[in-house]
Formats: sequence, structure tokens, C-alpha cells
Amino acid sequence: MTMQTVGRPTRPEDVQPLDSGFASLTGGRGLLQDEALIFERDGWGKTGVDLPAVDAAADDLGDLVRKSPIGLPGLSEPEAMRHYVRLSQKNHAIDLALYPLGSCTMKHNPRLNEKMARLAGFADLHPMAPLPTIQGALTLMDRLSHWLKTLTGMPAVALSPKAGAHGELCGLLAIRAAHEAKGDPRRRVLVPTSAHGTNPATAAFVGYSVTEIAQTDDGRVDLADLEAKLGPDVAAIMVTNPNTCGLFERDIIEIARLTHAAGAYFYCDGANFNAIVGRVRPGDLGVDAMHINLHKTFSTPHGGGGPGAGPVVLSEALAPFAPAPWVVHGPEGLTLVEETVEEAAQAFGRMSAFHGQMGMFVRAYAYMRSHGADGLRQVAEDAVLNANYIKARLSGVMTPAFPEGPCMHEALFDDSWLEGTGVTTLDFAKAMIDEGFHPMTMYFPLVVHGAMLIEPTETESKQELDRFCEALIALATAAKAGDVDRFKGAPYLAPMRRLDETLAARKPRLTWKPEPGVAPAPLAAE
Amino acid sequence: MRYLPLTPDDRAQMLGVIGAATIDDLFADVPAAARKSEPFDLPHHAGELEVERELSGLAGLNRAAGAGPFFCGAGAYRHHVPATVDHIIQRSEFLTSYTPYQPEIAQGTLQVLFEFQTQVAALTGLDVANASMYDGSTACAEAVMMARRVTRRKRAVLSGGLHPHYAATTQTIAHAEGMDIVRQTVAIDAEAAVIEAIDSETACVVVQTPNVFGVATDVTAIAEAAHAAGALLIVVTTEAVSYGLLKSPGEMGADIAVAEGQSIGNALNFGGPYIGLFTCKEKLVRQMPGRLCGETVDADGRRGFVLTLSTREQHIRRDKATSNICTNSGLCALAFTVHLSLLGETGLRQLAAINHAKTQRLAKALAAIPGVEVLTKRYFNEIAIRLPGNATQMVEALLEDGIVAGVPFSRLDPAAGLDDVLLCAATETTLDEDIDAFAQALSRRIG
Repeated sequence: MTMQTVGRPTRPEDVQPLDSGFASLTGGRGLLQDEALIFERDGWGKTGVDLPAVDAAADDLGDLVRKSPIGLPGLSEPEAMRHYVRLSQKNHAIDLALYPLGSCTMKHNPRLNEKMARLAGFADLHPMAPLPTIQGALTLMDRLSHWLKTLTGMPAVALSPKAGAHGELCGLLAIRAAHEAKGDPRRRVLVPTSAHGTNPATAAFVGYSVTEIAQTDDGRVDLADLEAKLGPDVAAIMVTNPNTCGLFERDIIEIARLTHAAGAYFYCDGANFNAIVGRVRPGDLGVDAMHINLHKTFSTPHGGGGPGAGPVVLSEALAPFAPAPWVVHGPEGLTLVEETVEEAAQAFGRMSAFHGQMGMFVRAYAYMRSHGADGLRQVAEDAVLNANYIKARLSGVMTPAFPEGPCMHEALFDDSWLEGTGVTTLDFAKAMIDEGFHPMTMYFPLVVHGAMLIEPTETESKQELDRFCEALIALATAAKAGDVDRFKGAPYLAPMRRLDETLAARKPRLTWKPEPGVAPAPLAAE
Repeated sequence: MRYLPLTPDDRAQMLGVIGAATIDDLFADVPAAARKSEPFDLPHHAGELEVERELSGLAGLNRAAGAGPFFCGAGAYRHHVPATVDHIIQRSEFLTSYTPYQPEIAQGTLQVLFEFQTQVAALTGLDVANASMYDGSTACAEAVMMARRVTRRKRAVLSGGLHPHYAATTQTIAHAEGMDIVRQTVAIDAEAAVIEAIDSETACVVVQTPNVFGVATDVTAIAEAAHAAGALLIVVTTEAVSYGLLKSPGEMGADIAVAEGQSIGNALNFGGPYIGLFTCKEKLVRQMPGRLCGETVDADGRRGFVLTLSTREQHIRRDKATSNICTNSGLCALAFTVHLSLLGETGLRQLAAINHAKTQRLAKALAAIPGVEVLTKRYFNEIAIRLPGNATQMVEALLEDGIVAGVPFSRLDPAAGLDDVLLCAATETTLDEDIDAFAQALSRRIG
């Protein structure tokens, strides 16, 4: 390295080859510490909270009192902070780099939304507090409903579902109730082969049998197959649009027409609404029910696996069957219909306790207000632009599954370009980790061999997209050049090497258990 | 727009690389009839200050639980959450990560889940816990459907003490799947009545303790009766802090225990997001819904954690999955685990004792008021009281005195005919002065 490069970014050619053979003495990796479980520390009997002493005895409870040890270690505050901050550093996150998980929509999470959800008037509000004390919360739910209905062009919304799959359940329960009200209970639900796993799982959950619909060579629903499979026993069709191949269903209006002609309802999986928000209203496509993942399109944080929220917009035909609760305007302000009372005689029941994911409603509403109608349209446009840019830049080295025409918000590649290299989609994805990126969605949708589904979202800059594309091009070039070890052994530079998932499933260890004979004192009594 | 990094120049350059003339070309597959070109009748984008002003205004229209004497419970409890918890869950690496499907770069989330599962199993006295459900009510519904898979029977008996929202949720979801749900008559202390309803077709009995009226019950005899008939016992708990004082479901013979975990680490949030706890005996694990985190090793032989037994789940098994659940309550589980790690066994037991002691004081103060009857004899931190008149009207009247007296039972279940019953909870956040003020105001209103 010459003097002139000091203070300048490292150039790729400056990087030393991997594997210097160095190992630390303690198992730590620089600032990344090996971190024991809380159960493996000396925290038995310790606590990190200061609580007042209690003088009253629980003698009124008699033999209901728990006498045996629970088995919970404690940590002082500094220990707890360090333990969980150390653990946090072993995670990838959107705040660190592009997170191109197709279908998952990993976009920036504005911190204003976090701040708003923590206002005492929202966070410290009890769901069963008296109505006069919750008018602000009901107003927010009412405004959120208005935005969701307007953006989707649908007349009604059920806010209470707690995530996408829960929304699917809500939609199908409404459909089931509508058929039953007509005295025509139907048994089957049609689902395209490319659908999210939650679609067939939800249909089965509601007691329907599932029939798959074939896909055309250009990645869309096969209309002829749909027509052949529609019949008097079909309750609904579940179609994701844009679909899981990242393509808009060109025949969507015809799909809706055929479905309705057969007396069935059109459920749209709205997981990909972020691609069309502000440009297309699902209501104009003939949709009867669609869930909206607030944690995707409207950017409430994924939180390592939730919580999400999955409000469902409903057509006129399904609206009467919406579950409790909902907000209504009354003479003394807003009120909640919480039970199956007269005005809700057809409501199919209840999705969960209380009123839904208020914390997510606040965040999503703040996101909508920040973007406005104009910004949301730009969200869809930039998401689609970014995906097409990636598709265009990578098409030289990787094979797009559907090369003809534009994609929507995600670019789908198959693994035919890896043929003969000895590298699989999984190997390639794990090697992306060494380059500082989270892998794309792999092996989904099932209809594309070795699928790699890349969704950049609109919150990536061109510079980050270029950095990502250049990394993938370099990796693809290396794979084709026979640099197989780079892939088979990957990742090398992550907090952990590749983990043995087979072992985990064969001998499940799902909780920590003390080693026999060396149990910590508080547990030894057991 | 502050969240969108692309500049007009970027966009033009990128369209050039793609080979498209305009952005509209990329939406060419949308049928012309469905392209929305005219603007929506919604406001335009707004700056942080403007958004903050609107939302703060709405928040200000609510009365926060901490604004004065407050006694609502009924499945959601106001507890103090240490500041550390909120700091940890706002770490970028936890807040802005996805479900840990790539374990090499998600060990933070995975190790937390492993600690969470171990803590939850310990609390409930059962063998295995999953990585969380949406909330207690949906966990209850899932438990009933799991019992069907385990026993291959269709009938479920719900105790009359089960939270009405939990009963309605279970009825809605499990009924759709073809189960026969028998909900027993709502009664304050009638858990043992489920024994009479168990027959050879019964998949499970669902009993809540402490129940919706606050009554704590030893369910050992119910477990024995269920097992004798080949049925499972599902124990529901809506106040997780009670595990620090009361016998665990596992000790009393439960096969599956589900709970609302909000009380530990999570704010009231007007009802959500919350966190469903789900635990069972080891032999039932393959019928469990939801994600499970398990221990394994990496290529260098170092211990690590992965999501496992996923052949039960929708993304693998599709219409044969044990549940359709995907996104659950990951971040709420983190909050739960951090709070419980801070408490430890010592802190949890003390916290539970304080809750119980506060409620003893509340029960005593209310029982002393002529015309008020405390219906709940053995309780943890919530009691049901009978008033001389309509409970909803009394809550409204006491609101004028600045007191949020509790949840009228009729709001949870208008059909139960218990319009004079009020549910009142006290926690460590309840001041003795609050209890005195409540008792005085109630006494005055009745008198």
C-alpha cells in the first residue's frame, strides 16, 4: 500500500486473500464475542430490577402457591445490556445493507414511526379503557381505514387480523360465511402453483380442499386451466398480484370475471401491494378480499419475525360478514362495535382478543401521512424501477426466469446459469453473505428451478444497487470460473459458518437443559 | 420525499440501462382499465414535524393508563417495563431484521428465541415452547386445533371462566376447521364443571387460571379426568406474571399451556401487538404450530441455533401444515426475554408477590363498601366485584372522578347477564392512594 492510499477507501485489488490461518485463543472474533446463554452464566438468584419489599403473605392462596423452583436466571442491568447488544451484533439488518428477500419487502423503517407508537396516548392505552378515553385511538383507526379503503378502492376494511396469514384467514372466513348465508356452502379453493405456502395452508385451516391451478410459460395463471377447474363447488380463488414471480397478472380482470361467473369469490394475496400502491386499485380489478401486510407495504418493522399486521379490505358482497370489532361514528363521538349485536348480525365472529395491532396501525399511518398520495405512488414506481434495474444489470451473467417484458417489484432468476458449475442456488446465496449482503429468497416460488427472488424495495439508492449488482456479478463470474470452494464452504466471514439443519431436526434440542450432575444449585432441588 | 433515495437523474439513467422510455413502460402489464392516473383524494406528503403534530394530537385525545388511578385488566395488564428493554428492542439489528431463515447472520435473533423458549417452558412447567404466536387468544385457538390433530377427535369443551374474546376467537377459528366447540355457561367459579362435560369424543378441555374473573384454580383434578377419557387439558393464562406466584400448568397436569405474554416486557398498546406463549409436552412437539428454534453446530463444530422441525410449517408443507402462521411476534418475544432476564426468578417472584399484595389491599378496600360484593376469593391480581347497579354506568360515573375503575364484564360478553359485575386489577404500578381514592369515590357514588 502506498502513502497516497491512506484515508482512501480500500480498493478490491488491495484485499488480501482469505484464510490467514489465524485463530483467536478464546473463540472470539475481534469485537464479535462468543456469548453464552443466560442459563450458562452465574445469574441464579440474581436480579436486575429493584422492587419494593412485600410484607403481605399469600396465605389466602393455600396450595395454589408455586413451591418448586422455576428455573430462571437473572442478569444485572449492565450484564443484560451487554448480553443482548453482543447478540444483536450477530444479526444482519436493513439498517446495515440491502436485504433483498423477495416477497418479504425489507425496506427502510422510519424512526419517526417508532417514536409515534411510543407516545403514552397510544402505548400506555388499555384496549378495554372506557370509550370517552380512547377517542384518539379510534380516530386513528378510522383514518387508517379511510386510507386503506381509498388506496385499494374497496368499500370496507377489517383491521383486526394480526399478520398476513391471519388476514388470509379473515378473508376466507368472510367468503365462507357469505356462501353459507346463501345456503351454498362450497368445498374447494383454487390456488396457483406459485402461491405463498400460507394460501393453501389457510384454505385447509378453514376446512376447504385445495386445487392447484397451472401456470403458463410466461409465469401467469393459466386461464384455460382455471376455467376447467372452476365449478359449482369452488368457493374462492386465491391469487397473488403482482404474483410471486414478480409479474403482474395481465388477465386479472378476466380471472375475476370467470371467478364471479362461477359464483366464487376472488381473494387477492396482497403481499405485493407495494408494487402497485398509488397506481392500481385492487377494487378496480374485481377483488373481493385482500389482506395488506402493513409490515411490508407500509413499512412497520419486521422485528426478526414480527409483529406484523394484516388488515383485510372487503367488497360490498363480503363487507356484511366482517369480524368484530369495528369503529362507527355515533352521536357522542366514535364507538366500537365489539360483539355480534344487531347491526353486526352477519359478522362471522372474532379473529383475536381486542382490536388488532394498534402499535402497527400508528406506525403505518405515520408512514402513509409522511408519503402522502404522491409519495406512495413514487414508492411503487421506484420499487419497480429498482427491480428492473437489477434484472437488467444481472441478466448478462444470470438467467432471468421470465426474460420477456418488465418485472414488477422483484426480479426472479432461475439456476440454469449455474448448470455445470457445481454451485447451487444455496451455495451462491451463502457466498453473498461473505460479500456483506443478505441472500435473496431462494427456492421460492416453487415453479422456478433453483429460484432466486430479489426484491430491492424503493429505499435503496442507486449507489447501493450498483454495489449489490457488482458483488453478484463478481460472484457469478467466480462460479462460472470454477472457484467452487468459495461457494461450497460459504459463508467464511459471517459470525457462524454454515449450520447443520439436518442435525437440528434429527435430534431436536429446543430448550437449554442443565448437564446431568452439574445442575446449578437453584435447580438441583428439583 | 425523505425516504426515497433516487434522484430524477438516477431514475433517468436507470431507465436507460433497462431500455425503457418512461416509468409507465414498466407498468405495461397492468390492463389499461385498471391504471389509475388521476390523483387520489388523499393529502400529499408531509414533513416529520407535521406528522408528529397530527399524531401527538390524536394521542392527546386518549387518556393514558398512567394518567391517574387505573384498574383495567381483563387480559391486558399495565406493568412497569425497564428502560433497558425498549433500548434493546430498538437496536437496528433486532428491529430491522427478518425472520431468521439465514442462521449464519441471524444468531442474535435465534439465540434470543432459544432463551425465550427455555424461559417460557420453565414458567409453564412444560417441556417445549415455540417461538411465539400472535397473542394469547389465537394461541388458545391453535391449541384446540392441535388437540384435534393429536387425539383425532373433534369436540372441545371451553370452561365458562375462559375470557370471552378467547372463547369467541376459538369458536370462530376452530369451528371453521370443523370442530364442535362446546362453551360452558359463563360462571365465576365453575372450572370443575368441565369434568361433567368430558366424554369419549372430547379432544380437549380448555380451562383458564386465573380465569377471566380473576379466580385461580388448581386444575389437577380436571387434568386427571381429561386424561382418563383420552382428552388433553389446555390451560390458558392471560396474566403471565402470575407464573411467579401460582403453581404452573405443567405441575397441575396440563398437556398444552398457552398464555398472553404481554405483561412481561410489552406495553398495553391498546390491545396489540402482544405475544402468545405456546408450550406443550415433548411428545406432542411434532403437532405444534409455529416456529421452533433448535440447537445445532456449524461447519467448524461451533454451537449455533437454527429454525427447525419446519416440515410442520406452511412454507414447506402447504395445505398439510400444522398452522398457517408465518409472521409471529418476534420483537415482542425479545422484549419478553430481556425483561424476564432482568427480573430473574428472584425478581419475578417478588413482582408477582407485589401484584398479589396490591390486589389484596384493593379487595379489602372494596369489600368494606356496603353494597359491594367481592366475588373472587382466590385471586392473583384481579378480582370481580358485584355492584348494586349497572357496572358500565358506574365506570362512566367514576370517570368524572378521574378514576378508571375497571372493565365491566358486559363489555366482554353482553349476553352473560352479568351487567352488575366489574373486573378490577391492581399491579405494581397501582399506588395505595389510587386504591383509597377508588374506594372512596365508589363508596360515595353508591351511598
